[in-house]
Amino acid sequence: MKNSIKEHLFNLYGKGMHIDGRRLDEYREISIEYGISAKSAEGSARVKIGKTEVIVGIKLDLGEPFPDRPNEGSIIVNTELRPICSWKYESGPPGTDSIELSRVVDRAIREAHYLDFKKLCITPGEKIWMVFIDIYPLNDDGNLFDASALAALAALMDTKMPALIDGVIDYKQKTDKGLPLKKDIPVSCTIVYCDGYMIIDPTTEEEQFIDARLTIGFLDNGNICALQKGGDVGLSEEELMKIVELAERKTIELRKYLK
Amino acid sequence: MVYDKRFDGRKFDQLREVDAKIGVIPNATGSAMFRIGKTIAIAAVYAPKPLFPQFLQNDERGVLKCEYNMVAFSGSGERVRPGPSRRSKELSLVIEKALMPVLDLKEYANCAVDVNIELVQTDAGTRCAGICAASLALADAGISMSDLISAVAVGRIEDKIVLDVNKEEEDYEKGMADIAVAYSLRLDKITLLQADGELTKEQLKRVIEMAKFGCNKIREVQIKALKDKFMVK
Repeated sequence: MKNSIKEHLFNLYGKGMHIDGRRLDEYREISIEYGISAKSAEGSARVKIGKTEVIVGIKLDLGEPFPDRPNEGSIIVNTELRPICSWKYESGPPGTDSIELSRVVDRAIREAHYLDFKKLCITPGEKIWMVFIDIYPLNDDGNLFDASALAALAALMDTKMPALIDGVIDYKQKTDKGLPLKKDIPVSCTIVYCDGYMIIDPTTEEEQFIDARLTIGFLDNGNICALQKGGDVGLSEEELMKIVELAERKTIELRKYLK
Repeated sequence: MVYDKRFDGRKFDQLREVDAKIGVIPNATGSAMFRIGKTIAIAAVYAPKPLFPQFLQNDERGVLKCEYNMVAFSGSGERVRPGPSRRSKELSLVIEKALMPVLDLKEYANCAVDVNIELVQTDAGTRCAGICAASLALADAGISMSDLISAVAVGRIEDKIVLDVNKEEEDYEKGMADIAVAYSLRLDKITLLQADGELTKEQLKRVIEMAKFGCNKIREVQIKALKDKFMVK
């Protein structure tokens, strides 16, 4: 059974087509909705890519800075692959899949300095803002990486700081101040390599047969801010550069979806 | 102080705006979204699912496994730490007990019927919203049921009985009781009953009457949502 699906998929790839008829370098329909948990979260967003749906919420809290970065706030990215989103998942502590997903989303945001961490410092060495980015896939139909990264960015943009009264957060009172975000948005795109074909936005069915996976974060100016390779097969330099080129082209497209 | 006007201006027997949608999680066997005011619950049923460890299996009927979970950003104050808590475990249990009386799981012998409930945004009444969503998701999954279950939280504030308490009322400090009720109209049975706070017997009677009234209103919305999906237009 699995082999016949594989054969069918590879045949389609030879004709330049996904299983649902898209071109190999084409995303499914993408939509972004802001403020889906506006009462509870400081910022929130829902991203749908085809049947894949991810929600992300931002909560702010106060904390102490790391000793080696006494005047910087921090971000904490967490993903829960809850059993609501697929037959595959059971409840329990985060597994390696969800930790990798969190870290890949974290890396692009952190390394691009998309948040001005210094501006998240309240009292150097003592008190900082901690920004929690919580990712919840609601329906996993492949490409959670791109959906989660996009939803995290959208939720950060949607965030309004809560009021700080005498050093204590009043969550009921939101200010009209957003997070200290840079104009240059680090947008990520994931390319998978499968039987020699470069593919964008695989469905769950297609994800079973991936040889290699590369998630790349790009800045506005075309520079790379983060990379993560997954999958069991290696890539040549030539393959890598082709992937980078395609990913850059696709992030230009993705950027347009963010407000 | 006399509580003669509700904080949000509702009448004492008035629900917040209620909204339901069937089939929100394509991967699931059945799913639904249920919103009451600003409380939003999403439920998905995956069935039949293999059930381990083996001693939990029942060779006559399927085993209902509910899981109630508040997503980390859904609380009204600080972030909710992910992972099970004593509260979420208890709520999962009472939700199971609230749904069981209407379910016939003969067809699912030796298997689990998994019901996953996620609270995306909360403004009190979350277990009741979870039950309403779960009941719809089970119906959407085509599981044999003798009725839908509807649920609502009723409060006693001072001497007033109020339908569908919100967070602001739940936090009322002087004289508040909070009662969660689930009800099946067809069986005319109460399947969930939890009360926190002081009540007279007379008040309890009025609470139950008010809860039944609210549940029947919610039931209409639930049925409409099912019809929107399944009735041929």
